[in-house]
Amino acid sequence: MIKVDGLTKRYARHVAVNNVSFEVGKGEIVGFLGPNGAGKTTTMRVLTCFLPPTEGRAEVAGFDVLEQPLEVKKRIGYLPETPPLYPEMEVAEYLTFVGRLKGIAAGDLAKRVDEVCERCSVADVRTKLISKLSKGYRQRVGLAQAIIHNPDVLILDEPTSGLDPKQINETRELIRNLSGDHTIILSTHILSEVENSCQKVIIIDRGQIVATDSVVNLKSRLQGAELVAVTIADGHVPEHEARQKLEQVPGVSRVALRETKNGLLTFEVESLQGKSVRADVARAVVGSGWNLHELRTVGVSLEEIFLQLTGAEANPAQGESK
Amino acid sequence: MKNTLAICFKELKSYFASPIAYLLLTIFAVIFGFFFSAATAFFSLRSTEMQMMGRSFPMDINELIIRPLLSNASVIALFLIPMITMRLFAEEKRSGTIELLMTSPVTDLQIIFGKFLGALILYCCIVGVTALNFIFLFIYGNPDTKPLLVGLLGLLLQGAAMIALGTFISTTTRNQIVAGGATFAICLLLWVMDWLSAFETATWAKVLSYLSIIQHFEPFTKGVLDSKDVVFFLSLTFFGLFLTARSMESLRWRA
Repeated sequence: MIKVDGLTKRYARHVAVNNVSFEVGKGEIVGFLGPNGAGKTTTMRVLTCFLPPTEGRAEVAGFDVLEQPLEVKKRIGYLPETPPLYPEMEVAEYLTFVGRLKGIAAGDLAKRVDEVCERCSVADVRTKLISKLSKGYRQRVGLAQAIIHNPDVLILDEPTSGLDPKQINETRELIRNLSGDHTIILSTHILSEVENSCQKVIIIDRGQIVATDSVVNLKSRLQGAELVAVTIADGHVPEHEARQKLEQVPGVSRVALRETKNGLLTFEVESLQGKSVRADVARAVVGSGWNLHELRTVGVSLEEIFLQLTGAEANPAQGESK
Repeated sequence: MKNTLAICFKELKSYFASPIAYLLLTIFAVIFGFFFSAATAFFSLRSTEMQMMGRSFPMDINELIIRPLLSNASVIALFLIPMITMRLFAEEKRSGTIELLMTSPVTDLQIIFGKFLGALILYCCIVGVTALNFIFLFIYGNPDTKPLLVGLLGLLLQGAAMIALGTFISTTTRNQIVAGGATFAICLLLWVMDWLSAFETATWAKVLSYLSIIQHFEPFTKGVLDSKDVVFFLSLTFFGLFLTARSMESLRWRA
């Protein structure tokens, strides 16, 4: 459905996207993952024909973005990072305007507006001015705008940024519901977002693709080594003794002290590749007569993924604290 | 065409859903109304004088009221047009809605024409306010209609040219004030360019003064419809829209 080949986008001085190639099949949901300024938005803008590529080709549904932009635009629904809304319009009026722009026949327009209002749960504010809407509603109106012409491809730039947790969940739910009929590319800098919504992930950093993989593969690749945070209560537990005890647990490769606070000792325990050590660690702590205050798997942070994927030495303590 | 109209209606809607349109209409109505009452008062004073002096040749309403008023209207328009055009693209660039337009299946030309048409229609509404005043001339006197219509056509053509230039300038910035200020400066310069001919006779001065808006607008106020002037304003309009199209294209390449 989407084919990007050797895409490069250069601005006056710096290279925003450098020789990026990837393909997205029909009906797939792909997460575009990367820190701010990695080139996610630029790539999306090229795909939506907002920016022309400096070098390379990009195709959507078989149409080249440079040669047949109108055909590409007809098949794409795009939600930029800030929803493109006209504050002086009412919601339904705005959606009608967008529908007209996207070439929906006049007869179907009212029906389509009703449908997307329903689907994006903005039906209760359809006669409200957009300037009076909350951030969450604006985001949903933005999404409604993107799907109004029932496009083959949906491109969503950070669809959950700036929303509260409840709205984030609703938006994710909505995106999952949209999958199937639509091919979706969404960008984010939050790892869990990709885990939640996408089948495939493209990791991009400083304009280059660092990894392309299915979410399942990537997770197992990253979780080959388990990272566990253990917090032991009781201030009188000697630090070196606790550390020794943890290091003796079979399968543990490394133990680092993270924090000593309010009589709580927090260690970070990393397992050997492919070993799970949580149960053994818990047993070791309890077996020594200490109070196990907390034991949790530390989510691998995005910084670490980048460090891992780019082959640099990871510093988990630092990564986690971010 | 459908897309152009959709964008045109959206523009009109934004003008009339915000205070802009009403503000401009009011400004124009008040200032033009002032000029109108001054001109008619002066006219009636002069006619009374003439009668008292025993001379009763008919005084020309077209020459003494309509003609100066048309010139006045075009000066007011010079001030109002930057306020109409400054938001056209600058606002969309600032708020990011330009991304919606440029990623929708519409061509740049459709976007430009839609916006231009929207601004032009608002301008026509503003110029239409003059009718409220002129109608009294027809009730209490009998001016010639044709010269007045030619004059209004002149206002329209001259407005179209300035709106096209303003549209172009609005694409070059995200800041509405900058767009408005630059449009005003350029229109004013074009306006007064023919003052050059007063003290300079070289060819370049002749060329520049030929580009002056006022030189081409004056015949319209007299009721003279010269194809030379019509062509001048139409080419200026075309030139402005052409620059707008170029500028939108470069927006993509530079952005």
